[in-house]
Amino acid sequence: MEKDMNKHKFEDLDVDKFLAPENEKRSVLAPDGSIVEVDPLKDYFCQDRPEVQKPRSGPVENFLNWARAESLWVLGFGTGCGSIEIPPLTTPRFDMFRYGVQMRATPRQSNVFVISGYLSVKTLKRAIRAYEQMPSPKYIIALGSCTINGGMYYDSYNTINRLDAYMPVDVYIAGCMPRPEALLAGFAKLKELIKAGKAEKANEYAENFDWYKTNQKKIIKDWNMPDFNW
Amino acid sequence: MKDLIKDIESRFKTSDYIQKLDHLAFITVEKEQAISLVTYLRDYRKYAGLTLLTAVDWLEDGVFQLTYLLNNPTDYTEIGVRVMIDRDNATMESSHHLWENMMTYQRELREMFGIDFPGSPRIEEDFILEGWDNMPPYRRDFDTKKYAEETYFPRPGRESNDPATYMKSKMYPND
Repeated sequence: MEKDMNKHKFEDLDVDKFLAPENEKRSVLAPDGSIVEVDPLKDYFCQDRPEVQKPRSGPVENFLNWARAESLWVLGFGTGCGSIEIPPLTTPRFDMFRYGVQMRATPRQSNVFVISGYLSVKTLKRAIRAYEQMPSPKYIIALGSCTINGGMYYDSYNTINRLDAYMPVDVYIAGCMPRPEALLAGFAKLKELIKAGKAEKANEYAENFDWYKTNQKKIIKDWNMPDFNW
Repeated sequence: MKDLIKDIESRFKTSDYIQKLDHLAFITVEKEQAISLVTYLRDYRKYAGLTLLTAVDWLEDGVFQLTYLLNNPTDYTEIGVRVMIDRDNATMESSHHLWENMMTYQRELREMFGIDFPGSPRIEEDFILEGWDNMPPYRRDFDTKKYAEETYFPRPGRESNDPATYMKSKMYPND
């Protein structure tokens, strides 16, 4: 008999239907021929909560902050219409490389996350996951009005209104859309904050981790990933 | 296009023929004959291209209007086949066998309007709204502002004063 295409494959089974396929329990054939049971939620992800990184003493911390401020590596993840403002920064006219800002392809290599415009719930889920995979110290720049109060999408059924309820934001850049110059000014402001030792939002995220997770789970209804993504 | 419309009217139960432009016409057809008409246009009248499938919610009349917009790549004309379906029991015959991309349109319509297309592949899967548990959001009786205020805890706005009453309270506090 032909398979019913309409039937969800988890309908009859007593399993979490929101669990992503790559996170299901499965057995894997090892190179030596033995069969290994793998539970990705336990084996592939860290089970510990994020930790607060305490600042080091005086001059050491100042030196580290100077070094951090001078090499901001941005995750190449465009979330909304504002992502179109980022490519001009790599051109000779605006040239962000002279400030030590450059783009990186994966979260593991970057420490600045530019949330560029509105975030739908579907994208927020990916953004949280990418943010948590970034190594500390890490910073978030929120670009555009949509991240502040929803902007022109304030009454949309699918875009969040304020970003700081779900992710910790270091610098806001207001505007709809902000020009690339505004983005450069935002990077300059972030540098100032880092050098002054005030860009501590990643630690705030670790301290108020439960509050952030509660907010995130309130709107992401099919939570099919582990709580700790690093 | 006149000949084509005459031909269609002689074969199918149609109504409300509108010629919008020289190359664009709309015609409304009974629900039972819709897929036959679309198939006839595709296989015998060279309307082989599917431009889109979309829906309109006529809340006051209690119907959804589906529009199959078909394109003729030989003489560059387009014809829109409109179907009215009942709003309370929104079900339509699937036509994924005619065009492969129809499947995606039908998935989207099911999620956004709640129009079911039984038999269409992967129709149960989430399209954009992952884990959505409310009324389909494109239905016009869905209050999107109310939903956003309840769900996304909006930031309170700035305080502002009416200039006249504010100055009055400053200058004449005893009145």
